[in-house]
Amino acid sequence: MVKSPPAESVGLVTQHKAAFEEPLPLVCGRELPRYELVYETYGELNRERTNAVLVCHALSGNHHAAGYHSEHDRKPGWWETCIGPGKPLDTNRFFIVCSNNLGGCHGSTGPASLNPETGKPYGDQFPVVTVRDWVRSQARLADRLGIRQWAAVAGGSLGGMQALQWAIDYPDRLRHAVAIAAAPRLSAQNIGFNEVARQAIMSDPEFHGGRYYDYGVSPRRGLAVARMLGHITYLSDDAMRAKFGRDLRGDISFDFEEVDFEVESYLRYQGQRFVQDFDANTYLLMTKALDYFDPAAEHDDDFSAALASVACSTLLLSFSSDWRFPPARSREILRALLENNKPVSHMEIEATQGHDAFLMPIQRYLEAFSAYMGNVAREVGA
Amino acid sequence: MNPLRRELEIVAEWVEPGSRVLDLGCGDGTLLQYLIERKGVTAYGLEHDPRKVTGCMARGVNVVRADLDDGLSDFHRDSFDHVIMSQTIQAVRYPDKLLEDMLRVAHHGIVTFPNIGYWRLRVQLLLQGRMPRSPALPNAWYNSPNIHLCTVRDFERLCASMGVQIRERRLLDRAHRSTPVIDLAPNLLGEIAIYRFVRGSESL
Repeated sequence: MVKSPPAESVGLVTQHKAAFEEPLPLVCGRELPRYELVYETYGELNRERTNAVLVCHALSGNHHAAGYHSEHDRKPGWWETCIGPGKPLDTNRFFIVCSNNLGGCHGSTGPASLNPETGKPYGDQFPVVTVRDWVRSQARLADRLGIRQWAAVAGGSLGGMQALQWAIDYPDRLRHAVAIAAAPRLSAQNIGFNEVARQAIMSDPEFHGGRYYDYGVSPRRGLAVARMLGHITYLSDDAMRAKFGRDLRGDISFDFEEVDFEVESYLRYQGQRFVQDFDANTYLLMTKALDYFDPAAEHDDDFSAALASVACSTLLLSFSSDWRFPPARSREILRALLENNKPVSHMEIEATQGHDAFLMPIQRYLEAFSAYMGNVAREVGA
Repeated sequence: MNPLRRELEIVAEWVEPGSRVLDLGCGDGTLLQYLIERKGVTAYGLEHDPRKVTGCMARGVNVVRADLDDGLSDFHRDSFDHVIMSQTIQAVRYPDKLLEDMLRVAHHGIVTFPNIGYWRLRVQLLLQGRMPRSPALPNAWYNSPNIHLCTVRDFERLCASMGVQIRERRLLDRAHRSTPVIDLAPNLLGEIAIYRFVRGSESL
């Protein structure tokens, strides 16, 4: 960060932690005896407590959605483009909350946390958590913060699916769901990519069945490969062509160890950077939660029936070049909501950036998101 | 008076309170907001221009960005009571197919369009020999979105050929009045045509 943060940033932020001593029953049948959620907030909760917005993060995200932790930070939180004064999630009007999902590796209880039963890190003993479990844990956080009803629950990708799960599980606790670049459930191709990522991690000799903390190592190479693979799916073919083409770093090396193409260099860099502060077990858990997300499953594969309980309005946004969760997937959500006569809007936005577009400053995207949230703010008197 | 005002009022007259309404080419949501406020309807709009879609969102009007040339496949049969297409039918690629699709998703249809048979437009073509322009048709031939302009008679013939039953017709002159004189020669004197119709072979 530069000496003073930009005016449209929330600036320096600090994280908070909430500990829950009441056991959390999980979809897998197990329970977490106690857990902690790390979270950040931006803006002020109004007196009527009507202006709170919950932001849900994606696969590799965390609770640090906006602003800077210190003046030495090079980069702001992951959704800086959308959170801040005058931005779609306007901190002059809304009180924004973002928590790190259970199973995470940035402060919430996860596989690297100590298992109270053994006094050692959970490792492979950490239960497989689902999107529904996350929503339940966040509902307790809302109780703790005194927020009975969110003005909106918003997120992109996996975060958007979490917003939908909120709408299904706690219909009276949110007025609006904002699901960006999301899908009603993963396709075989999506699950396939996740499985390759998991295999990359689990076949790293330093994985040790997930108990690598005990050995003082971590499956960094496997996790880096998983991230490289993921990264390709977040970008579009066009974006990669425009950014790298077949540009070479130097002369062709005729050597496997050397980096020949710019795209290789970029992916290796992304992989290396990622493993510095991300835990491999968390990556396994997050991809599983994505794979298992399927509200229609309990309704004979009828997604429309799964949304029958929804009481909020829904905003769906999708991006033309997103091939991970393309606009057609958002339209599936749209159709299911329309079948239920639920209030819903959907806008497909032309963008070249692929799935990652939801994190980018794309004018039409920010305008639409701002317009929608402006109306939400008026509705809740924010 | 806002030129759109009179048209809105007529459409609003025809829409039952509390009904389900779909507006094709809803623009920035002006008509739907009018119907929501005055008639308490459940409303959705379809619009292709992203700026106008954003305008709907700012008003809190449900909107789906869609290309009407792709049809209405997102909607089931009888999803709505009324489907409205205001000043849009002349800009779609397949007006006949869309008309059919409209009456699939709703029982009642409402269509408004600029009547190219209006006498001032005929005079322009006759005397100047050029593509007519007017406040209702402001664009030049080469940059106009209107690719399927029709007259009152054309529209009624299409409806007849498709078995669409017209229930009511209103015509507005340039001042957006609906005077008895217009009905003497509607295709000549009406600048804006407004129709209410239902599926053929079904009574109201």
